[in-house]
Amino acid sequence: MNDKTRPQEPSEAALIGPPAVELRKITKTFGAVVANDSVDLTVSAGTIHGIIGENGAGKSTVVSILYGFYTADSGSIEINGEPATITNSADAIERGIGMVHQHFMLVPNFTVLENVMLGSEDGFFLRKGKAATRKELQRLSDEYGLDVDPDAVIETLPVGIQQRVEILKALRRGARILILDEPTGVLTPDETDRFFDILRGLRAQGVTVLLITHKLREVMEVTDGVSVMRRGKMVTHKQTSETTREELAELMVGRRVELTTPRIHVDSGPIALEARNLTWRGTRGIARLRNVSLTLRAGEILGLAGVSGNGQSELLEVLSGITPVQEGQVIIGDRIINKNKPTDPAELRALGVAHVPEDRHKRGLVLPFEARENAVLGYHAGSNTGEGRLLSPRALQGHCETLMERFDIRPTNPKLSAAGFSGGNQQKLVMAREIEPEPSIMLIGQPTRGVDIGGISFIHAEIMARKAAGCAILLVSVELDEIMALSDRIAVMNAGEIVGETSREDADYRQIGLMMAGVSGAGDAA
Amino acid sequence: MTYLDFLLVFDSALRLATPLILCAMAGLISERAGIVDIGLEGKLLAGAFAAAAVATLTGSAWMGLCAAIASSVFLSMVHGFACITHKGEQIISGIAINILASGATVVASVALFQRGGQTPTLDRDERFSPIDLPGVDTLADVPWLGPLWKELISGHTIPVYIALISVPLIWWLLWRTRFGLRLRAVGEMPAAIDSAGVSVTWLRYRALIIAGILCGIAGAFLSTAHGAGFVREMSAGKGYIALAAMIFGKWKPWSVLAACLLFGFLEAGANRMQGTPLPIVGEIPIEVVLILPYVATVILLAGFFGKAIPPRALGTPYRKER
Repeated sequence: MNDKTRPQEPSEAALIGPPAVELRKITKTFGAVVANDSVDLTVSAGTIHGIIGENGAGKSTVVSILYGFYTADSGSIEINGEPATITNSADAIERGIGMVHQHFMLVPNFTVLENVMLGSEDGFFLRKGKAATRKELQRLSDEYGLDVDPDAVIETLPVGIQQRVEILKALRRGARILILDEPTGVLTPDETDRFFDILRGLRAQGVTVLLITHKLREVMEVTDGVSVMRRGKMVTHKQTSETTREELAELMVGRRVELTTPRIHVDSGPIALEARNLTWRGTRGIARLRNVSLTLRAGEILGLAGVSGNGQSELLEVLSGITPVQEGQVIIGDRIINKNKPTDPAELRALGVAHVPEDRHKRGLVLPFEARENAVLGYHAGSNTGEGRLLSPRALQGHCETLMERFDIRPTNPKLSAAGFSGGNQQKLVMAREIEPEPSIMLIGQPTRGVDIGGISFIHAEIMARKAAGCAILLVSVELDEIMALSDRIAVMNAGEIVGETSREDADYRQIGLMMAGVSGAGDAA
Repeated sequence: MTYLDFLLVFDSALRLATPLILCAMAGLISERAGIVDIGLEGKLLAGAFAAAAVATLTGSAWMGLCAAIASSVFLSMVHGFACITHKGEQIISGIAINILASGATVVASVALFQRGGQTPTLDRDERFSPIDLPGVDTLADVPWLGPLWKELISGHTIPVYIALISVPLIWWLLWRTRFGLRLRAVGEMPAAIDSAGVSVTWLRYRALIIAGILCGIAGAFLSTAHGAGFVREMSAGKGYIALAAMIFGKWKPWSVLAACLLFGFLEAGANRMQGTPLPIVGEIPIEVVLILPYVATVILLAGFFGKAIPPRALGTPYRKER
């Protein structure tokens, strides 16, 4: 997709001198859970090194130990060939280690300058430190091309720039080893490309980069070496040039996985749901949806791409009846839903609309409830709960067992509270509940957020199967790969508007990326 | 009303606002660091008792002040131990401190002085006396400025001046020093402070120590400068009003000062209006006049003056994520 012909060689520092990071037999347990089991890791200086693994494989724990958030139970750390004891973040910073966390550690109402200087203020009075930091920011901007306005307030900046501030913060503290934890999760494809350019620039300056990710495409594109973790253990180390995506996926999961879901072609049927000119304003009168129109056809998946927070959540909530329609209308069969004829999720469910919410913790599940109770939420008036008005524990149990078997939900214990399942299994539980009544329309939000590779292919296959069965599906995802893999048509949302729509055959990765970023003129495919 | 009358009302307002200003600054420092400080009232009361008791026993107002600060800082540390070290619920801990102070001051006072919960009336030497600023005599004959200097600016006790100085001092500390930058950061995003290699715990404890000192001074003012001895429940909700002023002032020192002065002025005005017939309505019952400041508090806090955005991490103990 992105055939850049940039030099992939690490800088000279890699070829001489001791490794930047050397971890030996690091073990860390949290209660009964062994997060890291005798992990070894060697990273050559001046390289970009990927650490990959599924959720819970222990990659975050390894780097947290390196950055001093946790202390290892046993094992040793060497930085640039010297034994190092790192018990808190201050130790790590002193050793030249910097970290950019998955969730930014920025004070939202502080300026860039204040955030960058926080923790390295140069003395008790701020005046001197501010001047010095301003100068330093200018130098870093010149040297690495990291431009940012020092006086801008963080919360007004786009996430891509916020991330740049995080990197500047680490560099300002003198970081020569930079740890990046899932850095591209919040970026548009275009921002990701620019971000990788920055990483290559850092490498050229001799900075060692540790990239924690689960996105194999990115590992292949930007890293020099890669380490794979599985269930707390280090499985293998590879030179990136000597491996493939497929091989890495297999190493991560421990068995062969299909990275691409086989597409099933069915002729699309009649219009199942139509939204016309939906406009929706939030509490402060800000329009979150602007004049949104779309159609869902039976046997077709419409993928809705966009950076998180551009109105997709609001659209899903309006379509699923959680928030009332303000302007415009939604048409499902003979039923016209508008401001004067509102609806609610129960009515929509009766009309055959199923909704897989974006946030399974907030909307999809009641975490402290048992799996079997969660398995009937919203459908509790149906026959799965037993006869009459009382809930029958036996019926619940049986129903849940059936779902667990069919959707491969583990552990197969209907009495376990929803909080006790992994993210992937929680998601499967929600999917199972919504798919089981065989809806004719499905609204699916972020179906694989925080789900591991094995779970992703399973969920994708289920969605594809529903489509084959003639269901009209709206798929909202911030993962462009997912949209591309499943959709028949692709619409792009930016700032509450649908800025373009195209068929899968004509879809171009780069162009969609630009539309997601709101670059004008990119959306001519509408 | 003459010019002098106005000055006297303002003068009284300043004195009434003093404990509010000190407590509100204490609350501001604490809440900017992310710790809800509903225990201002208890610290104020404990400070008032300690000041009066020690001043009686030692004969020194300054020893009383030290005791007030010590007792108030002690309660602050109890709050810190519960809320920072043990990540307890901050409001509950604060209320516990208020209840503790309310009971303990009376018990200790009965045990020490056998006067039904009061301390003996303090002599002149055992109290803070008003001090005259230089220039009162020289300016005495200057119209407007002379009376202004004499009646309003000069002639207050030390704690009043400390309260006034505390505002620019706190502002400077928060916005012009490293400590202040970190303190504000820890109230917004403690994880950022932790990842910068700075101790969240120690920063928050320091904020509480400063809050304790300020509340102690406020307490000493009540019993050894404004009053002449401790009376049970003499804080009379001033800690809560200070908290209200702090929220009304949106956690910003100068706005908080303005809010405290407003509350002080309302109270002084109410005192002044007692027994004075007003045009049209005539004489107002004293009870109505006395509730005015509290009615104003309710109205002001009902959100008439824009949304107050508290520090983001306020009330949440810091836990490292797993």
